[in-house]
Amino acid sequence: MGRLQSTLSEIKRHKTAYLFLAPFMLIFTTFTIIPVLMSIALSFTYYNMLEPPTWVGWQNYIRLFLVDDVFLIAVKNTFLFAAITGPLSYIACLLFAWMINELRPKMRAFLTLVFYAPSISGNVFLIWTIIFSGDSYGYVNGFLLKWGLIPEPIQWLSDPRFMMPVVILVVLWLSLGTSFLVFIAGLQGIDRSLYEAGAIDGLRNRWQELWYITLPAMRPQLMFGAVMSITQSFAVSYQAIALTGFPSTDYAAHTIVTHLIDYGNIRFEMGYATAIATILFLTMMFTQRIVQRLLSKIGQ
Amino acid sequence: MKSKVQPKRINRSLGGDMGIILVLGISAAFMALPLVYAISNAFKPLNELFLFPPQFFVRNPTLANFQDLVILMGSSWIPFSRYIYNTLVIALVGTAGHVLIASLAAYSLAKHKFPGNNFVFSLIVLSLMFAPQVTAIPNYLVMAKLKWIDSYKSLVIPAWGMSLGLYLMKQFMEQVPDSLIEAARIDGAREIRIFWQIVMPIVRPAWLTLIILSFQQLWGVTGGNFIYSEQLKPLSYALQQIIAGGISRAGVSAAIGVVMMIVPITVFVFNQSKVVETMGASGLKE
Repeated sequence: MGRLQSTLSEIKRHKTAYLFLAPFMLIFTTFTIIPVLMSIALSFTYYNMLEPPTWVGWQNYIRLFLVDDVFLIAVKNTFLFAAITGPLSYIACLLFAWMINELRPKMRAFLTLVFYAPSISGNVFLIWTIIFSGDSYGYVNGFLLKWGLIPEPIQWLSDPRFMMPVVILVVLWLSLGTSFLVFIAGLQGIDRSLYEAGAIDGLRNRWQELWYITLPAMRPQLMFGAVMSITQSFAVSYQAIALTGFPSTDYAAHTIVTHLIDYGNIRFEMGYATAIATILFLTMMFTQRIVQRLLSKIGQ
Repeated sequence: MKSKVQPKRINRSLGGDMGIILVLGISAAFMALPLVYAISNAFKPLNELFLFPPQFFVRNPTLANFQDLVILMGSSWIPFSRYIYNTLVIALVGTAGHVLIASLAAYSLAKHKFPGNNFVFSLIVLSLMFAPQVTAIPNYLVMAKLKWIDSYKSLVIPAWGMSLGLYLMKQFMEQVPDSLIEAARIDGAREIRIFWQIVMPIVRPAWLTLIILSFQQLWGVTGGNFIYSEQLKPLSYALQQIIAGGISRAGVSAAIGVVMMIVPITVFVFNQSKVVETMGASGLKE
């Protein structure tokens, strides 16, 4: 009783805090929490948006893993894709932020813009469809043909051997986004005196400095960057569709999210589509947990 | 601007410096070349766009592509200014609301230890961990239930409650010294004043960054599943329709790419210069 009462008086004491939080939480609940719960619930139903949902139990999940071959291709592609772009984009964000931070302010501002610009340039990444265009007008093909390196144009965007690498390259080009900015802010916030102390304690070069001082000091930003990299690398779809078409040749660039779009936006099998979404959700959560555990070892 | 004293270069070797400059130079070229190519394309006359072998730089620069774009805009079914107005409303109202609402909530989470604080924050962190695609379908159902389909609200209001902004603001606000806030409380300042006149000015780099992120995201929205009336469609949708015209619109598409890219980059450059300035000057580090 006493505990409940003290909690109540705590709540009363902080009523301004709740008031400040309220607008955000209202929106957040409506557009994030409720949809996630709905998505999980709908994944156990058959639902086509015209008739009310009917309960089908685990049937959607059974179909996903045992019947739907294309889903398995999508899973394979997504994991391959995430395993390459996730770590690479994370390391690229960190290394470039760190290197840029060594420069003088003017140069630093300029290079920050150069590295960050692709990720905010919207559809400009479509220029890669011209660069990798399958005819001889494509920049890469034109170049290779001119120098006699290939006898005929390569179908970069519709030959299954090249589609995935090209999409990976373009996504990496676009990946120096939010995490990159946050890393730069984090690096600039590190207390200079730590480095002097480190030099006295016997740190010999910039790599030791990076591992023993810089990285531990920006652990919150590193955690945040990891969260962003994982989320983005599992969710790739838009760039893949824009570059290789939808559906792509032999489903060579088909990902879990493209599969989700297929069933959600085209076939209107909402129950099945939300089952795909739930699988994606669980995969992301699971990976996040593992990576967070790895990152807590930095500087030890 | 007070120029900061260049910190003593400890633990730095010349070889390492050269290596870094080399790596940065090559990577910067890889990052910049496609953009330069895109910009250069916008000024190419049609015959240069389809040249073999393809030319990287423009030889006879022309504004014809931009003129074509203006003509196409003038002949659209809905006056083109309407699309621009739509995008501006969505991007400006969305960004302003997001910065304000997320900052208020962040202040509450960072500086008030109320019951439920940790629970709410772990929900926010959890929500950062999955992509919006996961909730796309139920989100539509929620919008339909609220009767917000085909209205700005469906794009603007969810943007106010994005967890990324709250997370960023909270991280920064935690670094604001408690002593400052305590002192203001003793002076009798109300919470809203402490928030607006003490905390927000100190975390200026944070919300300037947040403006960049939010504006850039909203600038690119096409309305997708939520907006059906032509009068309410945003600019990037209208321009995509022009690009969809195919090969004959190649020149205009290149011009559109440049137009769409200039605005977020301008916002970034403008805000970033302020961010660096305030980071140097703010008393964020105790």
